[in-house]
Amino acid sequence: MLRGIFQKLGAVVSGRKLDEALLEEWEEQLIMSDVSIPTTTRLLDELREAAKKGAAPNDEAALGVLKQEAINLLGEQTTPLQFADSGLTVWLIAGVNGVGKTTTTGKIAYWLQHTKGKKPLLAAADTFRAAAIEQLQEWGARANCPVISQKQGADPAAVVHDAIAAAKSRGCDVVLIDTAGRLHTKANLMNELAKIARIVEREAGSPPQETLLVLDATTGQNGLTQALSFTGSAPLTGIVLTKWDGTAKGGIALTISHETGLPVKLLGVGEQMDDLCDFDAREFIETMFG
Amino acid sequence: MLSNLSDKLSKSFARLRGKGRITEADVNAALRDVRMALLEADVNFKIVKDFIERLREKAIGEEVLNSLSPEQQVIGIVRDELVELLGGNAKRLEYSSRPPTVILMAGLQGTGKTTTSAKLAAYLKREGKKPLLVACDIYRPGAILQLQTVGQQVGVPVFEMGTAPPEQIAKESLKYATEHAHDVIIFDTAGRLHVDEAMMAEVKAISEIVKPTETLLVLDAMTGQDAVNAANAFNEMLPLTGVVLTKLDGDARGGAILSVRAVTGVPVKFVGLGEKLDALEVFHPDRMAGRILGMGDVLSLIEKAEQNFDMQSAAAMEAKVREGRFDLEDFLNQMQEIKKMGPIENILGMLPGMDKVMRNAPKEKMGVDERQMARVEAIIRSMTPAERRKPDIINGSRKRRIAAGSGVGVQDVNRLLGQFRDMQKMMRQMSALTGGKMGKMPKGMPKIPRGINPLKFMK
Repeated sequence: MLRGIFQKLGAVVSGRKLDEALLEEWEEQLIMSDVSIPTTTRLLDELREAAKKGAAPNDEAALGVLKQEAINLLGEQTTPLQFADSGLTVWLIAGVNGVGKTTTTGKIAYWLQHTKGKKPLLAAADTFRAAAIEQLQEWGARANCPVISQKQGADPAAVVHDAIAAAKSRGCDVVLIDTAGRLHTKANLMNELAKIARIVEREAGSPPQETLLVLDATTGQNGLTQALSFTGSAPLTGIVLTKWDGTAKGGIALTISHETGLPVKLLGVGEQMDDLCDFDAREFIETMFG
Repeated sequence: MLSNLSDKLSKSFARLRGKGRITEADVNAALRDVRMALLEADVNFKIVKDFIERLREKAIGEEVLNSLSPEQQVIGIVRDELVELLGGNAKRLEYSSRPPTVILMAGLQGTGKTTTSAKLAAYLKREGKKPLLVACDIYRPGAILQLQTVGQQVGVPVFEMGTAPPEQIAKESLKYATEHAHDVIIFDTAGRLHVDEAMMAEVKAISEIVKPTETLLVLDAMTGQDAVNAANAFNEMLPLTGVVLTKLDGDARGGAILSVRAVTGVPVKFVGLGEKLDALEVFHPDRMAGRILGMGDVLSLIEKAEQNFDMQSAAAMEAKVREGRFDLEDFLNQMQEIKKMGPIENILGMLPGMDKVMRNAPKEKMGVDERQMARVEAIIRSMTPAERRKPDIINGSRKRRIAAGSGVGVQDVNRLLGQFRDMQKMMRQMSALTGGKMGKMPKGMPKIPRGINPLKFMK
C-alpha cells in the first residue's frame, strides 16, 4: 500500500533540516510511487523555495505541508457517487484491458445493496472477451442481483438497451454497465464506448450519472493518457483505483487528479465481494505518510 | 512535458552551440533530459539512477564533447546501452530435450496470462508442436471457460478439472499429456499479488510438480515503478526463464521491462500486440529501446510497409510520378496500400514523436479520421475510369453526379480535386528539381513516391 512510501518519508524526518537532500529523498519517494514528474515538482516546489531562502519550516512542518498539498490535489472533500434525482441511475464502468472492470462491477453491485440499499442490475456489455459474460454472471449470483446479457459477439449497445428496459420493468434502480477492456489508442473501440453512452442517454433519459475509469494501481505514467483519452469518448466522472492491496502505490491517481481534476471515488483492495471502500483523500494521504 | 528525447536534446545542445565548446556540465544537462525520458517511460527510479551514472562515464569522453552533433552522439550511446540492457538479440523459446516441454505462465492479475497462453499455443502449433493448455486458475470466475474458449479458437485442447486443487490438476494433466502424446504443456495459472504468501506458495508448489522448462512472467507494458517489486518476488519464488511483455499495441512506453530485466536478468521472449490470438511477436530490443526513448518505431514501420507494399506496383507508381502521369486511380491505389498497413493511428504511432502528438491532440484535429479517408475513397469510386484518369474533364454536372453517388456535397468533391491538383503540381516541381529522377531512397525502404501523402487529403 501507499503506506510504505510515506513511512519512509516519515523515517527520514527526524529532526532534520529541510534541505535539498531531504527534498530529493521526497522526490524519489513520490516518483517511485508513480506520481508524475510534473506533479512531484508541483508538490515540492513551494518547499524547495522555502528551503532556498533558508526560511524553511522544520522538516516535520514541511512534511505536514507536503501532505496537505497532496490532499488538496486529490480534493479534501470526497466527491460522492451520483444517483439520478428520480428514476433510473446508470453507471458506466470503463477502462483498459485487465484492470479489474468485471470484478469491480460485481463489488459495486454488492456495495450498492449493502451500504446504499439499492437494487442494482448488471449489464454484460463486454461481449468481446471470452467468458466475460459468465464471469459477470458469477458475480451477479454472488451479489444476488440480475444480469442482463446476450451472446458473445453481440452489439454491446443492444445489451445496454435491453438492460435499461429490464431494470425499468423489474423495478431495479441502478444499472451497472460492465464494458469490454479497450486500449485508448483504438479509435473503433473508443467510438463503441461513445455509442454506449449515447444509448444510455437515449434510453434512460440522461447520460450516465457516473462514468468510472477503472485504474490498476500498478499502472505507470500511461494512466494519465488513459484518463485523458477515455474522457474524450465518454466524459469520465471519477476513478476506481484497483489492486491497491499490493505494493503498488497508485501515485498516478494523484497525477490524474492534479492534471484533470478527476476525483478518485472508490478503492479496490482484494478479490472478495466486500473488498471495496470509499475513497477518503485525508485517510489515503495519512496512510501514505504512515 | 518531454515529447521526444531527440528534439529535446537537439534543443539543449543548440543553446550551447554558440559557446564553441561543449563542457562536461552541458553533458550533464543532456543526461538530465535522458533521465526524464526514462522516468516518463516508467523505468524504475533506482535503475535510472544507475543507468545515468554508467552513461555519464561513457558520455563524458572526447568523442561527445568534440562531436559536431553531440545530441546524436548522446542518443546513440543511450540507445546502445538500452539495447544491451534489454538483452541484445531476441531469445528463442527453449524446448526440453526430453518432451514434454513444460511452460508455466505466471504474473499479477490482469496482465493477460490466459490470452497469452492461447497465443503461445497457436505459435507452438505453427511450429509443428502438439500443445496442451492446462487451466490452473481455479479462482477467477469464468477463467476456465475463457481458456476453453480461446483454446478452441486456436484449435488446442484444454485440460481442466474445475476448481480442484491446482497441484492435483497439475499432476493429472502431466499424465494426460503423456497419454495423448502432447509435446508441449502450457500451464495458465491464476493472477496473484506477489505479497500474497499463500498464493505465491501455491504457484511454487505447481512449479515443483511440473518442473517447467520455461517459466514466463507475463508483464503488462503499462506497469509503473512497482514492476521491480513484483518481478523480484516472482523470480525469487520460481526462478523465471523469460518475460512476455503484453499490451504493446497501446501507447505505453513500456519502460517497466527495463526494470524487470535489471532485477531478474531473464530475457524477453515475446511481446503481445493485440487481442487477436495471432498477435504475438518475437521481441526486438533495438525497437524497444527507441520506444522507451519516445523515438518511435521506425523499423517496425518499414517492416510493415515492406510486408504490405507491392514493390513492383510501387516502382510503376514512381515512374508515373516522374512522367507526370499520376492520376486519381493511382491515388486510390496508394490509399489502399496504406490501409493494408492497419489502422492509421497505429501507423502514425510508430513515427518518431507522434505518440505524444496523438496523445495530446484529438483525432479530428490531427486529420487522421479514418472516416474521412473512407469519404475520399467513396468520392473517387463514384467517378468513371475516364474521370479518374483525367480529372480535368470533371465539369459541374459530373461533380453533381459524383457527389450524389458518394453521398457528399459538391464542395467535398471540389476540395478533393483542388488538393489533387496541388499534389500534381508539387510532383511536377519535384520532378523538375531532380531532373526527372526521384531522389535515391535509402536501402530497404519501400519506394513510396515522394511528395505523395494521402494523409494530407484527410485534413
